[in-house]
Amino acid sequence: MNRRDFLKAAAGGAAVACTGGAQARGNLEPAPQAVGMLFDSTLCVGCKACVSKCKEVNGMPPVTLEGKEAWDWASDLSPKTLNVIKLYQHGEGNLKDQVENGFAFEKRSCMHCVDPGCVSVCPVTALRRHPVTGIVTFHVDACIGCRTCTTGCPYNVPHFDYDDPFGEIYKCQMCNQDGVRRIDNGQITGCAEACPTGATLFGSREALMKEAKRRMALKPGETYNYPMGDVSKPGSYHEKATPAYQDHIWGEKEAGGTNVLHISAVPFDKLGMPPLPERSYASISEGVQHTLYSFMALPAVALAGLTYVVRKNLDAPAEDADAIDDKGQEEDKS
Amino acid sequence: MNGPDFAYLEQRLGVSRRTFLKFCTGVAATLGLPASAAYAMAEAVAAKRQKPVVIWLHGQECTGPSESLLRSEHPTLDRLILEMISLEYHQTLDAGAGHDVEHHKDMVMEENKGKYLLVVEGSVPLAQDGIFCKIGNKTMLEHTEAAAEHAAAIIAFGSCASWGGVQSAAPNPTQAVGAQAVLPGKTVVNIPGCPPNPYNFLATVMHFLTFGGLPALDSQNRPKFAYGRLIHENCERRPHFDAGRFAEEFGDEGHRLGWCLYKLGCKGPETYANCPAVEFNDIGGGTWPIGVGHPCFGCVEQGVGFTKPLFTLAEVKTHTPPNAFPPIDRREQAPTAGIATAAIAGAAVGAAVGATAMAAKQVKDHDSASGSDQ
Repeated sequence: MNRRDFLKAAAGGAAVACTGGAQARGNLEPAPQAVGMLFDSTLCVGCKACVSKCKEVNGMPPVTLEGKEAWDWASDLSPKTLNVIKLYQHGEGNLKDQVENGFAFEKRSCMHCVDPGCVSVCPVTALRRHPVTGIVTFHVDACIGCRTCTTGCPYNVPHFDYDDPFGEIYKCQMCNQDGVRRIDNGQITGCAEACPTGATLFGSREALMKEAKRRMALKPGETYNYPMGDVSKPGSYHEKATPAYQDHIWGEKEAGGTNVLHISAVPFDKLGMPPLPERSYASISEGVQHTLYSFMALPAVALAGLTYVVRKNLDAPAEDADAIDDKGQEEDKS
Repeated sequence: MNGPDFAYLEQRLGVSRRTFLKFCTGVAATLGLPASAAYAMAEAVAAKRQKPVVIWLHGQECTGPSESLLRSEHPTLDRLILEMISLEYHQTLDAGAGHDVEHHKDMVMEENKGKYLLVVEGSVPLAQDGIFCKIGNKTMLEHTEAAAEHAAAIIAFGSCASWGGVQSAAPNPTQAVGAQAVLPGKTVVNIPGCPPNPYNFLATVMHFLTFGGLPALDSQNRPKFAYGRLIHENCERRPHFDAGRFAEEFGDEGHRLGWCLYKLGCKGPETYANCPAVEFNDIGGGTWPIGVGHPCFGCVEQGVGFTKPLFTLAEVKTHTPPNAFPPIDRREQAPTAGIATAAIAGAAVGAAVGATAMAAKQVKDHDSASGSDQ
């Protein structure tokens, strides 16, 4: 089979795949009773109460530096850390929520995507989106350790424990995994409960979105009563002058949206958020994959192509030998 | 030069040379100056037979700053301060009263033009031509302006004199303001606090006596040695903040264990003062508001003390060591295989190698066997 024949066969196969394909799906909708969190960077004071509470609830050890346990030195999400506070700093870094010479805190934890990439790429449904709450959970009994989820996440959230010979994937499961079940028991996430300022606020995605939009509408300097704990029934309030928010709710639309929303006075690219389209990666890749495989089109085309190649090669030797002979004779003539 | 005349000093102040030098060392330490500065201070006090004249005005206030000064307990401080300087006019400490004292004040000010030190305690009311505070039929505004005109240096002692204090809290019916506000063009050293720490005042006065000038001041004219850092930065409870351990209410477990008082409304994160370092009343052992379990209420800070509600959360002005935050773009370090992982991986590799060797051997045996058949 020469190059020309191969390309023709490939093009034919692609055409079959495209015409016979199922429709590419759009972004998934949020779960009917999606729960999430709202992180307001301007309220964060960097006390890391959420980090230590997270470790307490999830039974995780502190990240040590040279074996000293005095402090938790977690520098990023890891199998030992499901939630970490990071710092944006520029120049002198002494003006809160300013880009120039300023600083701002940012919380890193699972964003609990509405249309999660990790769930989409997992070949064995070890990662699942809960049909009611939308919480993205991990199920170790199904996991085959392929770690595709760690590359399928745009936020670099799932981490595999390479130190453990029987390693697992570690990610935030909104304190609702087996043995914790805080949400099912009517509690709120550990980090939202521990936060002293309401920077991490728990609630339904819908209520949090409303709260975030209310904050966007405030004029800078206006006093606002920030709820703490659970947005639907706040434990207490925190009265504070409103900062100059960026008019951007991270998680409203990014890659299909997330259940964990972030708002800030500093642009999100400064806070290390990746540039994401509104269309979720899961819907694009699933669209391509499901199209290729609809009615078993791709395997059928591949089989047809292979059969053709094999048949051609079985018939070929005589022809090829003739061709060489012809050529050789021509060369002799010249 | 023979050094300070301590014999004269001992007689004059009624304290031993040793006690006096200890006091000077303490003041130098408050200022953050080396031990040699203590000696210079001792010299300045002991050598000058002509003591600097001090005029002390009281406006709208509770005499808290004077009271706190009287209670400073370093060796017979009240005597030292009264003997060290020549306190010519002080409404609550003067033995005399009435027109005699007022006349004496005017006389002293005239005699010491450009040489005396003016201390203002209390705020100046401006509403209705300042009639809310009158002494000797003159308003506080008139007294302040008159005394400031020929003063060598002006110190506003206490939050009231610095920025208005409690009287300036809304709705501020008397339109109370600090000394600086009514003395445009003059440098007023502000030593706020309610009450202010007496050692910040003493250290400033000693600096003035010793070096003939004022200490370095910040943007609000507060001495940097005392008001350069947030209470939060040097707070003994700071490690609890950094670890997210907070007292939730008075008397709970966290409160009894000495955890951070931020959630109870502590204003330490937005209040610049040296309280955690100097403490109060020379008792030691953590005797200052946060040390005894009460959240700081920001008495030195305009816009915080008497303005923000007591239990409202503070704005955290800065983030400083010892706390450390990973930068946004820091990623977790590349994982390295643990011992157990290495052992299991090694075992797997070993098994694979062994199996391959066995298979190769069998193939070889088979080949040689079939070879011999032929």
